[in-house]
Amino acid sequence: MESFLGRYRNLIVLTAVLFAQILGLAVQVKRTSDTESSRLIRVWAVGAVTPFEKALVWVQTSTGNLWHNYFYLRGVRAENRQLKEQIEYMRLEQVRMSQDAEQARRLQALLAFKEQFISQTMPAQVIGSSGSEQSRSVYIDKGEKHGIKPDMAVITADGVVGKVLHVYGSTSLVLLISDQSSGVGAILEKSRLQGILRGTPAGEVTLEKVMGDETVLPGEVVLTSGGDRIFPKGLPIGTVTRAFPGSELFLSIRVKPAANLSKVEEVLVVTRIDERQAEPDRSNAGRAVDILAERLPTVPPKPENAPAGTATAAPPGTTQNPSASAASGTPQKAVGSPNSVAGPEAKPNPPAPAGGGPPVARKPAAPGTAPAVGNPPAKILPKTVKPPAQPKPQPPAQDNPQ
Amino acid sequence: MAITYTSGEQVEVYRFSLPATILIPLIALFLQAWVPLRFHFFSIFDLPLLITIFFAMARRSQIAGLLTGALIGVIQDSLTHQPIGLYGLSKTVVGFGASSLGVKLDAENAGARLLLTLFFYVVHEVVYFLIARGLVSLHMTWSWPHELWSGLANAFLGIVLYAVLDRFKHRT
Repeated sequence: MESFLGRYRNLIVLTAVLFAQILGLAVQVKRTSDTESSRLIRVWAVGAVTPFEKALVWVQTSTGNLWHNYFYLRGVRAENRQLKEQIEYMRLEQVRMSQDAEQARRLQALLAFKEQFISQTMPAQVIGSSGSEQSRSVYIDKGEKHGIKPDMAVITADGVVGKVLHVYGSTSLVLLISDQSSGVGAILEKSRLQGILRGTPAGEVTLEKVMGDETVLPGEVVLTSGGDRIFPKGLPIGTVTRAFPGSELFLSIRVKPAANLSKVEEVLVVTRIDERQAEPDRSNAGRAVDILAERLPTVPPKPENAPAGTATAAPPGTTQNPSASAASGTPQKAVGSPNSVAGPEAKPNPPAPAGGGPPVARKPAAPGTAPAVGNPPAKILPKTVKPPAQPKPQPPAQDNPQ
Repeated sequence: MAITYTSGEQVEVYRFSLPATILIPLIALFLQAWVPLRFHFFSIFDLPLLITIFFAMARRSQIAGLLTGALIGVIQDSLTHQPIGLYGLSKTVVGFGASSLGVKLDAENAGARLLLTLFFYVVHEVVYFLIARGLVSLHMTWSWPHELWSGLANAFLGIVLYAVLDRFKHRT
């Protein structure tokens, strides 16, 4: 017996080790939803590897910050100027879009819709990956102690990245949407066709369960449908690159993810999604025309002893000068169609000329008004911008003085 | 490029210090998890597999080889979201096989190392594929060109890596 054991010792150990692992594997496969059976091993392994990753990422980030914040400042001023201009433009765009959103909200409220919105996110840094082509997942530097929980959505500014799968003390494992075991409820933006987004073994992303008789064109945007109860509705996932007939009457649709999954560095973990019934916003937020009116060029206030004939009615559609209204104590408002001034092509107005010169009149003066040519600036402006038809606001006590 | 058949007495058996035994696999696992984030092409390499082959061939002990492979594989599995045991089983087989061949072959030259690494890479992938499809029901596709190219890439990396790791070997 002893000679038998001694002779086949290596094979016996090999068999024992293989058997133990197969047994463990079978247990895990049977309990697909339970990760507790292997959690201890995972915690140890992650605890052994992630400190190196965190340290290296910290060194890399610190070095990068030192370079970018102190040494590499060339062109920052020009970039700053460009960004300010961009902010101005986007501010107008935002107000215009908020009006559309408000309209949609009112309609949703009529239909008693419940809307989802991201109310809290946590930024996290990607510190490592699984290191396997069969497991497309990454580690982030936020975990249980930061309030991360399984099944939280992980996104970037570009689009959806994945969801939190396993949570450890100070790290979490995020399953990417390109993994074959992931599934995201998706909807095509224009055709409103719904499907399930899955990864393939090769790391590609496909949209499944779209019927074969539908037409899906390349370039169409894919959004989250919200049906999976993990990702809020309307987040960008990617764009369709190819659609062709697949198996079982369904289309096979290839999707290029909006977020660069192979080079993702910083992500946002959606830690809270609120759901509420849509209500129209009654706060009466600023309109695009108000924003634009604030940015109109400054003009000097009208002198008290100006000739009566100079303050004439402006034709409808002209813009009230904000400075004039500010001087008179009335709120700054623009008269006319909002669309005419807040469209995407709207550009910032030219600044007031240096030296107190007249700003450019936005519309010719109405017939019957004094000619602008040759008049001093203070007399020209009221003709074109001041709406005399509007009575000055009176305090209530003065309505009936008798 | 020669693989010399040698007797047991002619083959050198090496051992490693404790820090090297622990740190080298850990660093390999760390690099495998970290480098693909910066250089995506690196995911075709399998550093833990190369370390398993290296230790198994240097020690030339089947039990040490299979245990090293099992341990490295289980840790590698733990970093993924797949069930633990896929890499563990594959690397156990490779560790056992590499140490068995290491006893019989003189695998100290670059040519032998290239061929052995290519061979064990394919063995590793085949075992992994069979277990993943048979036991875990993962959807996997097998592509010979992909596996052979990956195997060659790993074999060439292995030659460089083994030359570096040779410095940590101590003769018994």
